[in-house]
Amino acid sequence: MKPSGYLPAVAAVILALGISVSAHAATIQITIQNLVFAPAEVTAKVGDTIEWVNKDVFAHTATARNGDWDVTLPPNKTVTQVLKKAGAIDYYCRFHPNMKAKLTISP
Amino acid sequence: MFVRLSAAIAAAALLSSSALAQGAKPTDPQIAHIAYTAGVIDVAAAKQALKKSKNKDVKAFATDMVRDHEAVNKQALALVKKLKVTPEDNDTSRSLSKNAAAKLAELSKLKGAAFDKAYVDNEVAYHKAVDSALETLLIPSASNAELKSLLQTGLKIFQGHEQHAEHVAAELK
Repeated sequence: MKPSGYLPAVAAVILALGISVSAHAATIQITIQNLVFAPAEVTAKVGDTIEWVNKDVFAHTATARNGDWDVTLPPNKTVTQVLKKAGAIDYYCRFHPNMKAKLTISP
Repeated sequence: MFVRLSAAIAAAALLSSSALAQGAKPTDPQIAHIAYTAGVIDVAAAKQALKKSKNKDVKAFATDMVRDHEAVNKQALALVKKLKVTPEDNDTSRSLSKNAAAKLAELSKLKGAAFDKAYVDNEVAYHKAVDSALETLLIPSASNAELKSLLQTGLKIFQGHEQHAEHVAAELK
Protein backbone atom coordinates (compact mmCIF):
# COMPACT_ATOMS: atom_id res chain seq x y z
CA MET A 1 0.00 0.00 0.00
CA LYS A 2 1.21 3.48 -0.83
CA PRO A 3 1.66 5.80 2.16
CA SER A 4 -0.62 8.31 0.55
CA GLY A 5 -3.30 5.61 0.40
CA TYR A 6 -3.71 5.05 4.13
CA LEU A 7 -2.62 8.32 5.64
CA PRO A 8 -5.93 9.99 4.94
CA ALA A 9 -7.65 6.99 6.48
CA VAL A 10 -5.57 7.34 9.65
CA ALA A 11 -6.26 11.04 9.68
CA ALA A 12 -9.95 10.33 9.35
CA VAL A 13 -9.85 7.94 12.29
CA ILE A 14 -7.97 10.44 14.44
CA LEU A 15 -10.37 13.15 13.39
CA ALA A 16 -13.34 10.96 14.18
CA LEU A 17 -11.93 10.11 17.62
CA GLY A 18 -11.13 13.75 18.23
CA ILE A 19 -14.64 14.80 17.35
CA SER A 20 -16.22 12.09 19.44
CA VAL A 21 -14.10 13.08 22.45
CA SER A 22 -14.65 16.79 22.19
CA ALA A 23 -18.32 16.57 21.35
CA HIS A 24 -19.39 14.06 24.00
CA ALA A 25 -17.08 13.35 26.90
CA ALA A 26 -17.53 15.77 29.73
CA THR A 27 -16.19 15.74 33.27
CA ILE A 28 -18.82 16.28 35.92
CA GLN A 29 -18.09 16.91 39.58
CA ILE A 30 -20.21 15.51 42.36
CA THR A 31 -19.14 16.73 45.78
CA ILE A 32 -19.71 14.99 49.09
CA GLN A 33 -19.70 17.29 52.10
CA ASN A 34 -21.29 16.77 55.50
CA LEU A 35 -22.88 13.53 54.28
CA VAL A 36 -24.63 15.12 51.28
CA PHE A 37 -24.12 14.37 47.57
CA ALA A 38 -24.28 17.64 45.59
CA PRO A 39 -25.83 18.20 43.18
CA ALA A 40 -28.42 15.64 44.24
CA GLU A 41 -29.55 15.07 40.65
CA VAL A 42 -27.10 14.92 37.77
CA THR A 43 -27.55 14.05 34.10
CA ALA A 44 -24.65 12.69 32.08
CA LYS A 45 -23.86 10.58 29.03
CA VAL A 46 -22.09 7.27 28.52
CA GLY A 47 -18.38 8.13 28.17
CA ASP A 48 -18.53 11.08 30.56
CA THR A 49 -16.31 11.09 33.64
CA ILE A 50 -17.69 11.65 37.11
CA GLU A 51 -15.26 13.25 39.53
CA TRP A 52 -16.36 12.25 43.02
CA VAL A 53 -14.90 14.86 45.38
CA ASN A 54 -15.15 13.65 48.96
CA LYS A 55 -14.62 16.64 51.27
CA ASP A 56 -15.59 14.72 54.40
CA VAL A 57 -13.19 13.14 56.90
CA PHE A 58 -15.36 10.03 56.52
CA ALA A 59 -15.11 7.29 53.91
CA HIS A 60 -18.20 7.02 51.72
CA THR A 61 -19.35 4.99 48.74
CA ALA A 62 -21.39 5.82 45.67
CA THR A 63 -23.31 2.60 45.16
CA ALA A 64 -25.85 2.09 42.38
CA ARG A 65 -29.05 0.46 43.66
CA ASN A 66 -29.27 -1.65 40.51
CA GLY A 67 -25.73 -3.00 41.04
CA ASP A 68 -24.17 -1.28 37.99
CA TRP A 69 -21.33 0.27 40.02
CA ASP A 70 -19.95 0.67 43.52
CA VAL A 71 -17.31 3.36 43.94
CA THR A 72 -15.37 3.66 47.22
CA LEU A 73 -14.63 7.27 48.19
CA PRO A 74 -11.83 7.61 50.77
CA PRO A 75 -11.83 10.66 53.08
CA ASN A 76 -10.60 13.92 51.52
CA LYS A 77 -9.94 12.26 48.16
CA THR A 78 -11.19 12.64 44.60
CA VAL A 79 -12.05 9.50 42.64
CA THR A 80 -12.88 9.46 38.93
CA GLN A 81 -15.26 7.08 37.23
CA VAL A 82 -15.98 6.77 33.50
CA LEU A 83 -19.65 6.03 32.87
CA LYS A 84 -20.04 2.90 30.74
CA LYS A 85 -23.71 2.07 30.83
CA ALA A 86 -26.88 4.10 30.40
CA GLY A 87 -29.64 4.18 32.99
CA ALA A 88 -31.51 6.27 35.53
CA ILE A 89 -29.51 5.29 38.60
CA ASP A 90 -30.53 5.85 42.18
CA TYR A 91 -27.39 5.58 44.24
CA TYR A 92 -26.53 5.75 47.94
CA CYS A 93 -23.67 5.37 50.41
CA ARG A 94 -23.39 1.84 51.82
CA PHE A 95 -21.83 3.16 55.03
CA HIS A 96 -24.50 5.85 55.53
CA PRO A 97 -27.62 4.72 53.68
CA ASN A 98 -29.32 8.02 54.55
CA MET A 99 -27.12 9.58 51.81
CA LYS A 100 -29.05 9.25 48.54
CA ALA A 101 -28.89 10.89 45.10
CA LYS A 102 -29.64 10.27 41.43
CA LEU A 103 -27.49 10.04 38.30
CA THR A 104 -29.25 9.83 34.95
CA ILE A 105 -26.96 8.47 32.21
CA SER A 106 -28.15 8.75 28.62
CA PRO A 107 -26.64 6.52 25.88
CA MET B 1 -37.18 -9.77 70.44
CA PHE B 2 -36.68 -9.56 74.19
CA VAL B 3 -33.05 -8.62 73.74
CA ARG B 4 -33.92 -5.92 71.24
CA LEU B 5 -36.71 -4.49 73.39
CA SER B 6 -34.69 -4.51 76.58
CA ALA B 7 -31.77 -2.89 74.78
CA ALA B 8 -34.04 -0.17 73.44
CA ILE B 9 -35.56 0.46 76.84
CA ALA B 10 -32.17 0.53 78.52
CA ALA B 11 -30.81 2.93 75.94
CA ALA B 12 -33.83 5.23 76.18
CA ALA B 13 -33.77 5.11 79.98
CA LEU B 14 -30.10 5.92 80.27
CA LEU B 15 -30.56 9.11 78.31
CA SER B 16 -33.87 10.25 79.76
CA SER B 17 -33.38 9.39 83.42
CA SER B 18 -30.29 11.54 83.70
CA ALA B 19 -30.34 14.84 85.54
CA LEU B 20 -29.73 16.70 82.32
CA ALA B 21 -32.90 15.53 80.64
CA GLN B 22 -34.97 16.65 83.60
CA GLY B 23 -34.80 20.29 82.65
CA ALA B 24 -31.24 21.40 83.22
CA LYS B 25 -29.66 22.47 79.97
CA PRO B 26 -26.20 20.96 79.46
CA THR B 27 -23.31 23.38 78.96
CA ASP B 28 -20.99 23.19 75.95
CA PRO B 29 -18.19 21.47 77.96
CA GLN B 30 -20.76 18.87 79.11
CA ILE B 31 -22.19 18.42 75.61
CA ALA B 32 -18.69 17.90 74.22
CA HIS B 33 -18.07 15.26 76.90
CA ILE B 34 -21.36 13.45 76.21
CA ALA B 35 -20.83 13.40 72.44
CA TYR B 36 -17.24 12.21 72.79
CA THR B 37 -18.26 9.50 75.30
CA ALA B 38 -21.02 8.29 72.97
CA GLY B 39 -18.41 7.81 70.25
CA VAL B 40 -15.92 6.04 72.52
CA ILE B 41 -18.65 3.63 73.63
CA ASP B 42 -19.51 2.66 70.09
CA VAL B 43 -15.84 2.14 69.20
CA ALA B 44 -15.43 -0.18 72.22
CA ALA B 45 -18.55 -2.14 71.22
CA ALA B 46 -17.23 -2.45 67.65
CA LYS B 47 -13.82 -3.66 68.83
CA GLN B 48 -15.53 -6.36 70.90
CA ALA B 49 -17.51 -7.39 67.80
CA LEU B 50 -14.34 -7.50 65.68
CA LYS B 51 -12.84 -9.93 68.20
CA LYS B 52 -15.89 -12.11 68.70
CA SER B 53 -17.82 -12.17 65.44
CA LYS B 54 -17.15 -14.43 62.47
CA ASN B 55 -19.91 -12.91 60.35
CA LYS B 56 -18.63 -10.91 57.34
CA ASP B 57 -21.42 -8.29 57.43
CA VAL B 58 -21.14 -7.79 61.18
CA LYS B 59 -17.35 -7.38 60.98
CA ALA B 60 -17.66 -4.93 58.07
CA PHE B 61 -20.23 -2.92 60.02
CA ALA B 62 -18.01 -2.89 63.13
CA THR B 63 -15.03 -1.73 61.03
CA ASP B 64 -17.17 1.17 59.72
CA MET B 65 -18.14 2.11 63.29
CA VAL B 66 -14.51 2.25 64.46
CA ARG B 67 -13.46 4.32 61.45
CA ASP B 68 -16.34 6.84 61.57
CA HIS B 69 -16.49 7.35 65.32
CA GLU B 70 -12.73 7.75 65.59
CA ALA B 71 -12.92 10.33 62.77
CA VAL B 72 -15.75 12.25 64.51
CA ASN B 73 -13.95 12.17 67.85
CA LYS B 74 -10.72 13.36 66.26
CA GLN B 75 -12.64 16.37 64.95
CA ALA B 76 -14.27 16.87 68.34
CA LEU B 77 -10.89 16.89 70.09
CA ALA B 78 -9.50 19.37 67.56
CA LEU B 79 -12.53 21.60 68.10
CA VAL B 80 -12.42 21.64 71.90
CA LYS B 81 -8.71 22.40 71.70
CA LYS B 82 -9.36 25.28 69.31
CA LEU B 83 -12.18 26.63 71.47
CA LYS B 84 -10.11 26.10 74.62
CA VAL B 85 -12.97 24.13 76.13
CA THR B 86 -12.27 21.36 78.63
CA PRO B 87 -14.89 18.61 78.26
CA GLU B 88 -16.65 18.20 81.58
CA ASP B 89 -17.76 14.87 83.01
CA ASN B 90 -21.44 14.79 84.01
CA ASP B 91 -24.29 12.45 84.99
CA THR B 92 -25.30 11.71 81.39
CA SER B 93 -21.74 10.75 80.41
CA ARG B 94 -21.41 8.64 83.54
CA SER B 95 -24.67 6.76 82.99
CA LEU B 96 -23.79 6.22 79.33
CA SER B 97 -20.44 4.70 80.32
CA LYS B 98 -21.92 2.61 83.11
CA ASN B 99 -24.62 1.13 80.86
CA ALA B 100 -22.13 0.53 78.09
CA ALA B 101 -19.83 -1.40 80.45
CA ALA B 102 -22.78 -3.56 81.52
CA LYS B 103 -23.68 -4.20 77.86
CA LEU B 104 -20.09 -5.19 77.01
CA ALA B 105 -20.10 -7.65 79.93
CA GLU B 106 -23.48 -9.06 78.86
CA LEU B 107 -22.36 -9.49 75.23
CA SER B 108 -19.04 -11.05 76.27
CA LYS B 109 -21.00 -14.11 77.44
CA LEU B 110 -22.59 -14.68 74.04
CA LYS B 111 -21.14 -16.50 71.04
CA GLY B 112 -21.70 -16.90 67.31
CA ALA B 113 -25.09 -15.96 65.89
CA ALA B 114 -26.46 -15.05 69.34
CA PHE B 115 -23.64 -12.53 69.81
CA ASP B 116 -24.09 -11.12 66.29
CA LYS B 117 -27.79 -10.57 66.80
CA ALA B 118 -27.40 -9.02 70.26
CA TYR B 119 -24.61 -6.71 69.04
CA VAL B 120 -26.46 -5.49 65.96
CA ASP B 121 -29.79 -5.09 67.78
CA ASN B 122 -28.04 -3.06 70.46
CA GLU B 123 -26.37 -0.94 67.77
CA VAL B 124 -29.80 -0.11 66.31
CA ALA B 125 -31.18 0.80 69.75
CA TYR B 126 -28.08 2.68 70.83
CA HIS B 127 -27.91 4.80 67.68
CA LYS B 128 -31.63 5.54 67.97
CA ALA B 129 -31.18 6.72 71.55
CA VAL B 130 -28.16 8.88 70.68
CA ASP B 131 -29.97 10.36 67.64
CA SER B 132 -32.85 11.32 69.86
CA ALA B 133 -30.56 12.86 72.49
CA LEU B 134 -28.71 14.82 69.79
CA GLU B 135 -31.93 16.09 68.20
CA THR B 136 -33.91 16.97 71.29
CA LEU B 137 -31.25 17.94 73.81
CA LEU B 138 -27.64 18.30 72.70
CA ILE B 139 -27.99 20.23 69.41
CA PRO B 140 -30.64 22.67 70.74
CA SER B 141 -28.57 23.26 73.90
CA ALA B 142 -25.20 23.89 72.20
CA SER B 143 -24.26 27.58 72.25
CA ASN B 144 -21.11 27.54 70.14
CA ALA B 145 -21.90 27.49 66.40
CA GLU B 146 -18.97 25.21 65.51
CA LEU B 147 -19.91 22.72 68.21
CA LYS B 148 -23.52 22.79 67.00
CA SER B 149 -22.39 22.19 63.42
CA LEU B 150 -20.18 19.25 64.46
CA LEU B 151 -23.09 17.75 66.40
CA GLN B 152 -25.29 18.12 63.32
CA THR B 153 -22.73 16.22 61.25
CA GLY B 154 -22.58 13.68 64.08
CA LEU B 155 -26.35 13.29 63.92
CA LYS B 156 -26.22 12.51 60.19
CA ILE B 157 -23.42 9.97 60.81
CA PHE B 158 -25.41 8.33 63.64
CA GLN B 159 -28.60 8.26 61.55
CA GLY B 160 -26.63 6.65 58.73
CA HIS B 161 -25.26 4.03 61.14
CA GLU B 162 -28.75 3.35 62.47
CA GLN B 163 -30.00 2.57 58.95
CA HIS B 164 -26.88 0.54 58.22
CA ALA B 165 -27.39 -1.43 61.47
CA GLU B 166 -31.04 -2.04 60.59
CA HIS B 167 -29.93 -3.37 57.22
CA VAL B 168 -27.40 -5.73 58.84
CA ALA B 169 -30.05 -6.83 61.39
CA ALA B 170 -32.43 -7.69 58.53
CA GLU B 171 -29.69 -9.74 56.82
CA LEU B 172 -29.08 -11.75 60.00
CA LYS B 173 -32.66 -13.02 60.12
